[in-house]
Amino acid sequence: MSKMTIRVVHYINQFYAGLGGEEAANALPESRKGAVGPGVQLQTIFGGKAEIVGTVICGDGTYGERTEEARAECTRLIEGFRPDLLVAGPAFNAGRYGFACGDICSTVGKVLGILTVTALYPENPGVELFAKNTVIVQASDSARGMKAALEGLARVGLKLASGEPLGPARLEGTISRGIRKNFFFEKNGAERAVEMLLDKIAGRPFRTEYEMPVFKRIPPAPPIKDLGKATIALVCSGGIVPKGNPDHIRVSSAETYGRYNISELYDLTPETYESIHGGYDRVWANQDPDVVLPVDVMRELEREGVIGKLYDWIYTTTGTGTAVAHAERFGREIGAQLKEAGVDGVILTST
Amino acid sequence: MTREIEKAAGIPVVQIATIVPIMLTVGSNRIVPGVAIPHPVGDPAKGPEADKKVRRELLLKALEAMTTPISEQTLFERK
Repeated sequence: MSKMTIRVVHYINQFYAGLGGEEAANALPESRKGAVGPGVQLQTIFGGKAEIVGTVICGDGTYGERTEEARAECTRLIEGFRPDLLVAGPAFNAGRYGFACGDICSTVGKVLGILTVTALYPENPGVELFAKNTVIVQASDSARGMKAALEGLARVGLKLASGEPLGPARLEGTISRGIRKNFFFEKNGAERAVEMLLDKIAGRPFRTEYEMPVFKRIPPAPPIKDLGKATIALVCSGGIVPKGNPDHIRVSSAETYGRYNISELYDLTPETYESIHGGYDRVWANQDPDVVLPVDVMRELEREGVIGKLYDWIYTTTGTGTAVAHAERFGREIGAQLKEAGVDGVILTST
Repeated sequence: MTREIEKAAGIPVVQIATIVPIMLTVGSNRIVPGVAIPHPVGDPAKGPEADKKVRRELLLKALEAMTTPISEQTLFERK
C-alpha cells in the first residue's frame, strides 16, 4: 500500500532560503526544484523513503502582511509539485515564520487535501492558531535545535504519509491537536482511578486520562451607564426551547443553537417551552421554564422601568458535552448578532 | 460562550450558573452564583412566591453587575 517514494514539498522563509534576513522579508513567493537550505539535511534524514521534489519560499513580511495573496500563490506553487506531504519550517519561536508555516499547512491541508506537518516552539503564536489544523512537531526556541526538529519532522512526516496512525502527542513529540481516541485497557476504569488516587496520596507521579482544555481570558466589557434605557438580551445554555424542539437542538454535545422570538411572551409555561437538556433533572424546568430562562421576571423589570427593554429574541442551546470550539463559535455568532441589533447587555443562564 | 459573546459584541455579559469554578475557568467576567443546577434562577421547591422572589433578586444582582465597572473576573453574590 505504500508508494515507492513519498513526494515532499518543503516550505521555508527568505532567511533559510539564503535570500537574506529582515531586508529580504518582503520576498515574493517562489519555488525551486529539490531541497534548499535546511531541506538538504531533511533529505538526508529521509534517506530513500521520501524525496523533496520542490521548495516553496516566501518572505515572512510578505506572508504576514499580504496573507491572502501569499497564501494563494504559495498554495498554487505547492500544488504544482503534486506532493503527498507538505513539510513547513521548522520555525522555532519566530512569530511571523510560525504563522506562515501554520497557515500554509492549514490551507494546503484543507484546499489540496494533502498531509501537512510543521515544527514550532510550543509558545510560538502559530501553535494556538493552527494546532487543530495541522500536526506540529515540538521544536526548541531557536535554530540550535535544528537537527532534532528536522528529525521530528521526518519521522512524523513519514508516519503520516505512510498512513500509520499517530500515537498520543506526548509520545510522538508533537503538540496536542485536542483529539481524543478511545482504546482498550486491561484494567477497568474503577481500578485505574483507585491506582491514580493511591499514586496521588503517596506523592507518586500520575497522569489524568481526561485533560481539561485551557481557556482564554478577555478584558471585561465596560458597564452599562443607563440601565433604564438599555436593551437586555437573555441567552441560555440550559436547553430551554419551544415545545417540540423545532430546530432539533441536540440534548447533549450540541452543534447548534436556536434563536426564538419572545416579543409576545410574558411568561414561559409548560405549554409553550420545555427543557431538552440531557445533563440535569428537568422536572422543575419543565414545570416552569422560567427557573432556567427567566422571561417572567425580566418582563416585570421591563414594565417597572428598571431596564429599558427585554430584547425580542432569545438564544438558546444545551451546554453539556458541548465541544469548546462549538461553544466559542456560538458565542462569536450570537455576539455579532446582538451587537448588530444594538443590544446593551446580556444575562446568560447556565445549568 | 459568555466570553465570546462579550468579546464579539463588546457589551457586558453576566453569567448566572451554579458551579462558580467552571464560570471562572471558561473566562466569564461578571458572575452571579445561581440557586441550583436544575433551576439556577429559581427555587420552585419553596413555592411560587419564594421562587419568584429569588429570581428577582438574582436578576437585580445581574443588572447591578452589568452596571458595575470591573477590571477582572468578579463575583456578584446575592445577599
